[in-house]
Amino acid sequence: MFNKFDVLETIDMIEREHLDIRTITMGISLLPCVRGSGEETAQAVYDTVCAKAKNIVRVAEQLSGEYGIPIVNKRVSVTPVSLICAAFPQAAPAVGRALDYAAHELGIDFLGGYSALVHKGMADYEEAFIRSIPELLATTERVCSSVNIGSSKSGINMDAVRLMGEVVKETAERTKEQDGLGCAKLVVFANAVEDNPFMAGAFHGVGESGTVINVGVSGPGVVKHALENIPDANLNDAAETIKRTAFKITRAGQLIAKEAAKRLNAEFGIVDLSLAPTPVMGDSVAHILEELGLECVGGHGTTAALAMLNDAVKKGGVMASSHVGGLSGAFIPVSEDIGMIEAAQKGLLHIDKLEAMTAVCSVGLDMIAIPGKTPATTISAIIADEAAIGMINNKTTAVRVIPVPGKDVGDSVEFGGLLGRAPIMPVNPTDSSRFILRGGRIPAPIHSNKN
Amino acid sequence: MRAVVTVTGKDKKGIIAKVSSFLAERGVNVEDISQTILQDYFAMIMLVDIADLNVELSELAKECDDLGREIGMSIRVQHEAIFNAMHNI
Repeated sequence: MFNKFDVLETIDMIEREHLDIRTITMGISLLPCVRGSGEETAQAVYDTVCAKAKNIVRVAEQLSGEYGIPIVNKRVSVTPVSLICAAFPQAAPAVGRALDYAAHELGIDFLGGYSALVHKGMADYEEAFIRSIPELLATTERVCSSVNIGSSKSGINMDAVRLMGEVVKETAERTKEQDGLGCAKLVVFANAVEDNPFMAGAFHGVGESGTVINVGVSGPGVVKHALENIPDANLNDAAETIKRTAFKITRAGQLIAKEAAKRLNAEFGIVDLSLAPTPVMGDSVAHILEELGLECVGGHGTTAALAMLNDAVKKGGVMASSHVGGLSGAFIPVSEDIGMIEAAQKGLLHIDKLEAMTAVCSVGLDMIAIPGKTPATTISAIIADEAAIGMINNKTTAVRVIPVPGKDVGDSVEFGGLLGRAPIMPVNPTDSSRFILRGGRIPAPIHSNKN
Repeated sequence: MRAVVTVTGKDKKGIIAKVSSFLAERGVNVEDISQTILQDYFAMIMLVDIADLNVELSELAKECDDLGREIGMSIRVQHEAIFNAMHNI
């Protein structure tokens, strides 16, 4: 018989503290779909995705019923489309639309992989592909896009950084009726990972096998609740409590991932043990930091508290899963975290502090609404700064900012659902264009030479 | 194969009888029961054998949820693996 307190603890975590499996993501290789023409390739992509993932929603619902734990999202990631369309880049939007149809057919909310990897150089076909992103995001609903523009091993491709500033602006412009929502589906990475189950940055790397199940767990509410029980503990004990909690959360993810892989005829890939917030009360990473003793996220001490949280989550999670991967850490998407939204509204959380925070947690400047008038070169410069943090610290960083057309500081924007809402955050008004327009490549750092 | 049934809510008469006969009709055998009452708050945990279950486990979970609503309690059925995973190394 189980210890009854353990049983009741699990139930409390699920029912009161929002413990859930955030996503089951099936990674599908599209490499076997390449045909002699764009149309045939698009058809093969649609057929393959629909066939491989046809049971993903049913299986997720079944598992959720059997284990009594909510599985919030069912998603698919695919091989970067720029690779599939290298021979006919003009057909990339057709493949993107085929993916959107497939997502509708499967009943999944997002499908990631309209992506390109240009961290060292950008071929003509890749540039053409990247230029197709704004239109694709404006004309499809569920396809997500990402571009990797730098890595610790290769440096930062500043030509791609410059281009991505323009692409982000154009995407916002083309989706201006929805306040630039297209940008919520577009991530610019440095050190992108090949097995990330979380959107919008998921794609299926070429080093992966044919069909893989990656699972993202969550549970900021569970961690906060555990800390509420030890309000006067020192930080050794707080870190220990976070570790233990992360262990339990990740074990639930590992169980679901293995079972889902078996039932979906796929390989078990990784568990991503991220603390992913939602705009719902009680599901906030910011509130964990405040529980640790900060008056408000964004204040002095925030970076230290976040560093400890991120590290403790990893330490607890690593032992709980046979394969940990993806982004694994604490996410800080501003519009998706009620505590972050409140701090930003009060003017206590700024983009500079967020940038510092991204040096010690997973991912980067995420879901931040900025003035629509922000120049493309400034967005490129924001991307370059984040990429530099990722490159030097050997970690993934990303930028997902939304320059909301027609809105400025003082306004706010509502994306709805999991994407949440955000006040427009000011950016530094000075001009960085001469730096960005230089182009070229920032060389890889000295510590990348490890061979 | 085993599952854990938990029943929580305000204490009232006949809960165990109702839940166990409901489970028996579906081929579920109760192996162990533990219950606690804390100031009117009733929490019962049953370890049950589901080898002869005559419906799908997720279906049983749904039916128990409905029964819970009917009698004003919260009833959950979960495969034991989730508790093993989270609380045993």
